[in-house]
Amino acid sequence: MTVNSILVAFWTIVRREIRRFTRIWAQTLLPPAITMTLYFIIFGNLIGSRIGEMGGFDYMEYIVPGLIMMSVITNSYSNVVSSFYSTKFQRNIEELLVSPTPNWVILSGFVIGGVARGLGVGLIVTMLSLFFTDLQVQNPLVTIAVVFLTSVLFALGGFINAVFANSFDDISIIPTFVLTPLTYLGGVFYSIQLLPEFWQGVSQLNPILYMVNTFRYGILGVSDINVGFAFAIIVLFITVLFSYALYLLQNGKGIRS
Amino acid sequence: MTLALSVKNLRKTYGNGFEALKDISFDVEEGDFFALLGPNGAGKSTTLGIVSSLVNKSAGEVSVFNHDLDTEKTKAKMHLGVVPQEFNFNMFENVKDILVTQAGYYGISKGVANERADYYLKQLGLWEKRNGAARMLSGGMKRRLMIARALMHDPKLLILDEPTAGVDIELRRSMWDFLQEINRAGTTIILTTHYLEEAESLCRNIAIIDHGKIVQNTSMRALLEQLNIETVVLDLDSELEAAPKLEGYVTRLVGGGSVEVDVAREQGLNSVFSQLEGLGLEVKSMRNKSNRLEELFVSLVEKNLD
Repeated sequence: MTVNSILVAFWTIVRREIRRFTRIWAQTLLPPAITMTLYFIIFGNLIGSRIGEMGGFDYMEYIVPGLIMMSVITNSYSNVVSSFYSTKFQRNIEELLVSPTPNWVILSGFVIGGVARGLGVGLIVTMLSLFFTDLQVQNPLVTIAVVFLTSVLFALGGFINAVFANSFDDISIIPTFVLTPLTYLGGVFYSIQLLPEFWQGVSQLNPILYMVNTFRYGILGVSDINVGFAFAIIVLFITVLFSYALYLLQNGKGIRS
Repeated sequence: MTLALSVKNLRKTYGNGFEALKDISFDVEEGDFFALLGPNGAGKSTTLGIVSSLVNKSAGEVSVFNHDLDTEKTKAKMHLGVVPQEFNFNMFENVKDILVTQAGYYGISKGVANERADYYLKQLGLWEKRNGAARMLSGGMKRRLMIARALMHDPKLLILDEPTAGVDIELRRSMWDFLQEINRAGTTIILTTHYLEEAESLCRNIAIIDHGKIVQNTSMRALLEQLNIETVVLDLDSELEAAPKLEGYVTRLVGGGSVEVDVAREQGLNSVFSQLEGLGLEVKSMRNKSNRLEELFVSLVEKNLD
């Protein structure tokens, strides 16, 4: 395929993915907006006013970056896992498999589709947060880079989950039992400086901590971790997951008999 | 003559040890209308699945228009259009989007894809439904949508895996006309079907596969010539109490006014008519008891069971 043909194929997949999640916006875009608004009201306004400051900022300001990142992570992941699994389940993955579209383009198309939803929901949550606090972005480049890379990383995670999934139950196991606990323990609601030394060490094994804190650094200018190290970790994870997802696709795991 | 498809020593053993294909080889020439027939579970869909890159082969070589599926996959796939047995499009997408999206996977720009989609939607009688969700289509329309989708990139080789399954006779015949038209225009077609009269009337060459092996691979005419005896049913103008005795033929009474006659290939029918006339019996109509290809197919598959 020529470069132009590859680009057409790539945008076709991305467009199809965006069409899918916008067609069912009441299931994909609305729920995170409602959930995050409740977080802002309950944790930020009602409970936050009693907590006082966190890391030198009032509590609402402190949790907003974490909540935005949480919605980006969750939506990037769930978009790809549900979309690719449905594609497998309905067997319309065969449309792609019989075509000359290279596997890396198929993978990239699904990932960017997930990123589109993750960033779209992130934008909605950011706009909602402006009703509750005044966001001043300190490092726009860091903010954009980390939110994009994190979204790519979790979209890849969703893809791998979908490849192995054999039922609709299988696509909710990882988000429920792995992703949600790691996100909640990843410094969304608190600074790890508040934890005893041992638990600070344990928290540093949680990759989501690096993403949330780097994003918080981009917006507020404060972080519990080294931002350069965080970027290195994210890029490393992306490289590993992309290679693995491509390997699974090349071998037809779960899609070819 | 260019080969549209070449399959050499193809084997497929599934993970559970089931050997679906046992070293099969066959060629399909460019421009052919080729039937790949076999009973359920014979290996037809596995063969077509491997050619379509939906099933991993265990051994062997497949090439499409001289492009090896292992080493020149992209070029091979560019020439191939596939209509699978089961509906495999996104039921929630609208009809035209399914076609335009499929063209996009082949690198065809949106403008060209829209034009082609409009053409095939009209050709296949789906124009009125173009903006509706695919799940709202009838079974026959869904089959036609799959054919339109497979044609969006103008493939030189079209694989149809039971394209008329569950389609009413009127629609089936209009699909036959359409397929014959695109075949005449140069598209090579490989067809699997359980309707043997469909294969007999459409296809010029045939391979019969059974238990993972090719048991017959020849032209339709040569295959039908292997049929030694045909049974014809004659509807007569009068009710009979016993089958008329015709010299050189075996006859059986079927109901009061119909007679079955076994006719050997070298015998012909003239003598049957003249003997009946001599007995004062007039033939009102005549038909084959069963499809000729069906008789051969059953005998070949039964022979393979022995």
